[in-house]
Amino acid sequence: MEKFDIYLIGVGGQGIGLLSETLARAIDHAGFEVQGVDTHGLAQRGGVVESYIRIGPSHSPLIKQGEADMVIGLEINEALRGTNNFLRDGGTLLYAPTEWQPLAVRIKEDRQDVSAALAAVCKERKINKIEADQIELEDSRMENVVLLAVLARERLIPGLKKGHFTLALQDLLTGSVLEKNLEIFLQVFGE
Amino acid sequence: MKKLGDVLLQPEPFSELLMGNHALVRAMLESGVRVATSYPGSPTPEIGAAITSLPREKNPIYFEFSVNEKVALEVAFGAAVNGHTSCVFFKSVGLNVASDSFVQLGLMDIPGGMVIVLGDDPGANSSQNEQDNRHFGRLSYIPIFEPKDPAEAYKMFKEAVRVSREKHMPVVLRLTTHVCHAKQKIEFAGLEIKEPDNEPKFSPEKFGPYIPLTRSVFELKKIALERLKKFQEDMKDSPFNEIINNGADRGIITAGLPFKSLLEVVPEIEEGVNILRLGVVHPLPENLIIKFLKEHGEVKILEELDDFIEQKIKALAYDNNLNTIIEGKVDLDDWIGEYTPDKVRDVLEKNWPDLLPPKESKKPIHQAIPRPPQMCPGCGHRSGFYAIKKALAEGDISVADIGCHTLGYLPPYSLGQVLLSMGHSSGTASGLSLFNTSKKVVAFLGDSTLFHAGLPGIINSVFNQHNFTLIIMENDTTAMTGHQDNPGSGRNVRGETKKIAIAPLLESLGVEKILEVDTYNQQKLTDYVKEALDFDGFSVVIAKHPCMLKFSREQRKKGRILKKVQIADKCREIHACVSTFGCPSFQLNQDGTVWVHEDLCIGDGSCIQTCPVQAIEIKK
Repeated sequence: MEKFDIYLIGVGGQGIGLLSETLARAIDHAGFEVQGVDTHGLAQRGGVVESYIRIGPSHSPLIKQGEADMVIGLEINEALRGTNNFLRDGGTLLYAPTEWQPLAVRIKEDRQDVSAALAAVCKERKINKIEADQIELEDSRMENVVLLAVLARERLIPGLKKGHFTLALQDLLTGSVLEKNLEIFLQVFGE
Repeated sequence: MKKLGDVLLQPEPFSELLMGNHALVRAMLESGVRVATSYPGSPTPEIGAAITSLPREKNPIYFEFSVNEKVALEVAFGAAVNGHTSCVFFKSVGLNVASDSFVQLGLMDIPGGMVIVLGDDPGANSSQNEQDNRHFGRLSYIPIFEPKDPAEAYKMFKEAVRVSREKHMPVVLRLTTHVCHAKQKIEFAGLEIKEPDNEPKFSPEKFGPYIPLTRSVFELKKIALERLKKFQEDMKDSPFNEIINNGADRGIITAGLPFKSLLEVVPEIEEGVNILRLGVVHPLPENLIIKFLKEHGEVKILEELDDFIEQKIKALAYDNNLNTIIEGKVDLDDWIGEYTPDKVRDVLEKNWPDLLPPKESKKPIHQAIPRPPQMCPGCGHRSGFYAIKKALAEGDISVADIGCHTLGYLPPYSLGQVLLSMGHSSGTASGLSLFNTSKKVVAFLGDSTLFHAGLPGIINSVFNQHNFTLIIMENDTTAMTGHQDNPGSGRNVRGETKKIAIAPLLESLGVEKILEVDTYNQQKLTDYVKEALDFDGFSVVIAKHPCMLKFSREQRKKGRILKKVQIADKCREIHACVSTFGCPSFQLNQDGTVWVHEDLCIGDGSCIQTCPVQAIEIKK
């Protein structure tokens, strides 16, 4: 497979670690070369968390700015940040429309219609903007499996099929947590 | 489900997608490490998590999170001079704490072998500086390996153990954040766990002396220098140093992860470059470097953080009368930040603008609002800071320390105005209180940090009769690095242990004024801090509440559904909850109304008392 770089971004606490681990394993199950890296540390406390996944031949686990083929945003402000910093023109943005207001908004130092800002940025740079399905979730961290299901359903990553994602989930989860996640995955995937 | 512990213990060779920190544990198992010690700190705590994931009955490694890095290093040393192969690992600044003993290791004969794994943090992702610990290797006559990626970290660890055992010398494996955390598919060798040999091998007669005093200091120093020389000789053909020859005129010497960044940039460089990548960064493979210099008219040293190898290579060229043009760091920016592919491009462009076409960068039409890290919903520290702020006067001085509570320095609390290191707060506050009669001084300290390095500052405050208030932010865990137990938790990695309670400890040290309160009891905490500030002398307030991230995770694991708070109709949009208390669960609509984000709220209710009109209530 040709190079395909994915940059993931969200807020500490949204469970980006499991999302990127599942995605990397799905890519591995599909038989492609993969490497990646997550940011850890301070950012876990409600700050920005990011993860890089590189498919195909690559050297550094880090992606150059403006060169990711896809950005996955777990939150809308972060989707904008990730698009600005890492997505190439004409790339794909998949994001969850959830909003967790940054500190400056809550203490009234800043405000922004982030939905409109994101739409304008994507229009200007010819970005394929895909908003994930909004469904009722018992735990907001299950948003991750909604994103995975949209990736699979829309075939957004070349060569990656449903079975690769479910195998990856089975590697990482067990018992009722696995069942619940698979259920949501299949519900969003559409079967 | 693939359990990490089972994956790591497979007897047969396998390949798996793993992060560097986890792969290291397989290397420990394969190379017969018996004792591993640490103090938690990013980027290394996942090594500890991987060791504790090994099923207890099959785990051959004794592991402990020690009280601090110095003790961890000493435990590993003691085990290794008794014949057990050991490994100590910690973060970059952890070496400062351990350094008093670390600098002696080079002088010691260590028959069991001992590897020190350092997690340096270029880019200061989760550290208070980006110090370059290679300097410590030179200072202490201890060799350093530096891998380029997780697969090599796995191999190098095994080589480090082999060399350490063979030469009875300590060896450093220096990792950086994105080598620790990078994930790749790694080919692992088979694993055979040998029957342990518990025979104590400690023998000053055979391996000593171990007392470096008077004349023996010189003897031991000479042995250390000879061992290092021998190491350098033995490593001259090490496969961890590699040359990439693209038939170019210009060369680059680099090491570690920046090498991989460089490979991302090479296709952009017109005319190409040849590369010498060093895996042994101290002492350097001199002959290999001299040969590389001779073969190129111009060589760039591409080096993250300090000019550690640059200086040595320039000296080598001088000593060997080489007239190769050697280009090191161009300006101060070259000393700062992680050498990501983007950074490497910027650095090289400064040297060779003719070979790297300038990259145009467009400014986004809408910037995203910054998102600084903050305390979690329900965090006891938030409730604490909110109450403590009410007790302080404008202009009073607050001293931060290291832990989640450091985040109190951010608005809306802005508590904690100066920070040096783990446990510095009592000492710094003592100095700030000298000759100072107009401004009260408060210092913060976490519980794990109190045990780690906070006690000497506290004892000094009693001994030298300082006058300030210490607020201990006790949450029963080491939260920032992933909830490791500390001496106040009543548990260690193996199970229950004696809990060291803080108040009786301080009493026994002679602290005269000790007040203790749960931070959710905000009024009482405010009163206590005022009382402590009014006390003439050294006073302590223990402001405690268990870590709520840990608590809420445990609740979810048990299948419990957490409650939520809601805003009642009587809300008058005063916004104390959103803007002064600052819990991230409260969100502000553009029309000024407030709502509770149920993805975030854990229903702790610590916010209820902050509303002047009692408009926050637990949702039924």
